[in-house]
Amino acid sequence: MIEAFLGALTPFNLTLALAGVIVGTIIGALPGLSATMAVAVLVPFTFTMDPASGLIALGAVYTGAIYGGAYAAILVNTPGTPAAIATSLDGFPMAKRGDGDLAVTISCFASAFGGIVGALALLFVAPPLAVIALKFGPVEYFWLAIFGLSLIAVLSKGNTLKGLIGGFAGLLLSTVGSAVVGGDVRYTFGEPALLGGIHIIPALIGLYCVPVLLGMVADRAPHIERAKTGGGTRIPEALATLWRSKVNLIRSSVVGTVVGILPAAGGAVAGLVAYSEARRTSPDRANFGKGAPDGVVASESANSATVGGGFVPTLVLGIPGTPPDAIILGALMVQGIRVGPQLFAEQGDLVQTFTFGLLIATLLMIPTGLVIGRTAFRTISSIPKSVLAPAIGVLIMIGAYAVEQNPNHVIMMVVLGALAWVAARWGFEPSPIVLGLILGPIAEQGFVQAWLIGNASGDLWGQYFGRPISLGIIFFTILTLTWPWWSDRRARLKALREEAGA
Amino acid sequence: MTITRRGLGAVLTSAMLVATTGPLMAQADFPTRPITYVIPFNPGGESDVTARFQQPFMEEILGQSVVIQSRPGAGGATAWAQLNSLEADGHTIMNTIVPHTILQPAMKDVGYQTADIENVYFFHYTPDAILVPADSPFQTLQDLIDFATENPGALTMGGSGTNTANHLASVIFGDLTGATVTYVPFSGSAPAMTAVLGGQIGGAMSYTTQAVKAGDQVRALAVATEERVPALPDVPTFLELGIDHVGGAYRGVAVPAGTPDEIKQRLSDVIGEVNADPEFQRQMTEAGYQVVDIPLGEIPAFIENRRAAYATAIERMGGS
Repeated sequence: MIEAFLGALTPFNLTLALAGVIVGTIIGALPGLSATMAVAVLVPFTFTMDPASGLIALGAVYTGAIYGGAYAAILVNTPGTPAAIATSLDGFPMAKRGDGDLAVTISCFASAFGGIVGALALLFVAPPLAVIALKFGPVEYFWLAIFGLSLIAVLSKGNTLKGLIGGFAGLLLSTVGSAVVGGDVRYTFGEPALLGGIHIIPALIGLYCVPVLLGMVADRAPHIERAKTGGGTRIPEALATLWRSKVNLIRSSVVGTVVGILPAAGGAVAGLVAYSEARRTSPDRANFGKGAPDGVVASESANSATVGGGFVPTLVLGIPGTPPDAIILGALMVQGIRVGPQLFAEQGDLVQTFTFGLLIATLLMIPTGLVIGRTAFRTISSIPKSVLAPAIGVLIMIGAYAVEQNPNHVIMMVVLGALAWVAARWGFEPSPIVLGLILGPIAEQGFVQAWLIGNASGDLWGQYFGRPISLGIIFFTILTLTWPWWSDRRARLKALREEAGA
Repeated sequence: MTITRRGLGAVLTSAMLVATTGPLMAQADFPTRPITYVIPFNPGGESDVTARFQQPFMEEILGQSVVIQSRPGAGGATAWAQLNSLEADGHTIMNTIVPHTILQPAMKDVGYQTADIENVYFFHYTPDAILVPADSPFQTLQDLIDFATENPGALTMGGSGTNTANHLASVIFGDLTGATVTYVPFSGSAPAMTAVLGGQIGGAMSYTTQAVKAGDQVRALAVATEERVPALPDVPTFLELGIDHVGGAYRGVAVPAGTPDEIKQRLSDVIGEVNADPEFQRQMTEAGYQVVDIPLGEIPAFIENRRAAYATAIERMGGS
């Protein structure tokens, strides 16, 4: 293991890790450019490197991009990567009131912590952990998606009915195109361009970024407040916040690692699940969504932990844990590396060197992230909106096009963006719509597959309600949905008792 | 099915063609700039991986760089529907797959017809393979067929999507053996394999490449090749077991309609030359791919042959 550690410490690998983190952070920070894209762009460069160095470069870019997504989410309210959706919920309100610098610093440390937890899991317990990915069958994914949809109650700020309408609109959008199960063509109105469905990235950019852009143009007030304290990094304050929410930090990192291991989930689901758990268990629940630092801590530590977690099934089973992992897996195959259980037996050194490289990259993220974050905050809070809005406008056009080099995606983005802007005037938030869009296919496929399997085995009921992991997820879903009611009731009873006592 | 037997002859003829027409073609000024090689699937998939195997060899022969660009969507249909609107000068080429380009237009309006795709070469296929988890009670294909015949529908077999190559193969398998399985569609080969490894489904209609990737975790019961696959020497072919099934996903290269004939011929020759390279063959074979040679001149016959082989199954699946 020490040899592997020293292998990761060569000047070349260190340079790669540093350069990877910087490039990744910048790509991730640009609204519309995602971690998947950052990794895809880099892949061809790694073919000339030896496998360990190539992997370190890819891992560093990936880590950096997931973290970089936080900037746009916090400072512009446009989660450019799906993983940062939950970050914007409290990050932007913080920035709005002048705490953008604090939010960025908190997200930097929380990301580094989450990233380290994920990488340590990969280093020490990868093979046994990979089993989790296999225990999750179609029905578990179905229930996980239902659990995710229950977060609509959390995400619809104040108006559950509008949240539900938004969620259903998202689910409906997710059915557009040719269905994976069943092969039916739905809601394409004879337009071949819609056969591929509504792609999540252009939809995300449209639903989040376009209304923000239009808002910037329509509203005279500054986009975010300048720093109250002169725009430092507020490190002591950030560390104190993290210390206070250490339980949240650890729990969210573990949630992120586990969700990262699940092949159909990913950073967005991890961030949202951790966020909802943090909100449910926090005494300060009322402040979530209004700029609670705990929300940023939960989302950022969880989405960064998916990086290490996602590599677990990728390397152990050859099953990509997250979309960027799928690309990395392809790159490994071109290098002639067979992933799977034999990789750990035959090339354990390679895996360890890579994991140490990932750890080093995560640590390097702290200084680079603080510097880049400070610059980003100063830039965005000081440049006039007349410059910021067109710049973001150009970026999101490029981002929507670049996902699959498809001009139709740009149209999709603009149309959905315009709809989201109108919907926002009626009080509909984008988050429930996006949630429906992301989770709809997971829920639908899981449900139909479970139905087919249940029918074939003659035990349909047992398929849905007889499996321990499913029951666990159902339990948490019910808990999340009923918790506000329970805790209200308890508070009321307590108040009554105090009244009676007084 | 005589494709692989014809293969050797094809290699020789195309090699000779290259030898005789090579200098002549150089005068035709092609290529004058980098070639864009469009892959209709995500990076990391089999189309992407095999194109990346070809890339360095093509670059060396053509003296120009080959840029791989992915345009995924709708199981490849998004890119194939765009093919003929791309520049038709040979500098843009696209990966195609049979049965996909036969099956998709037969099942629904996907924005292109099978005849719209101008293939210049089919260079390999990933043979169909039936895979079961390592701890499955089925030791042989006959065990699986017996169970699925006595308990119709009780056995679940995963695969990638509905109305896709895996779905087609499972319908053909049922027709040939009388076995009735429940086909469970997944969003790709990888998720289907995950479900097999986790024992969520009884098995999968998949590819040899997936069997190679999964190693000891799965058992391949049969592969759809003429000779045994070198990477899976212990697995019998369907032919050995008396089931007349050879095939899989044939990957080729197509050009936009209107590309000059001499450039099409040149591209066909180049891909044939890459196929003949022992180092390329080694990389492909080790990963479980089966190199075949179907050059430009043999494309129409090949497409007709495949269309006929799929006709009954496509009709059964509700296509036209």
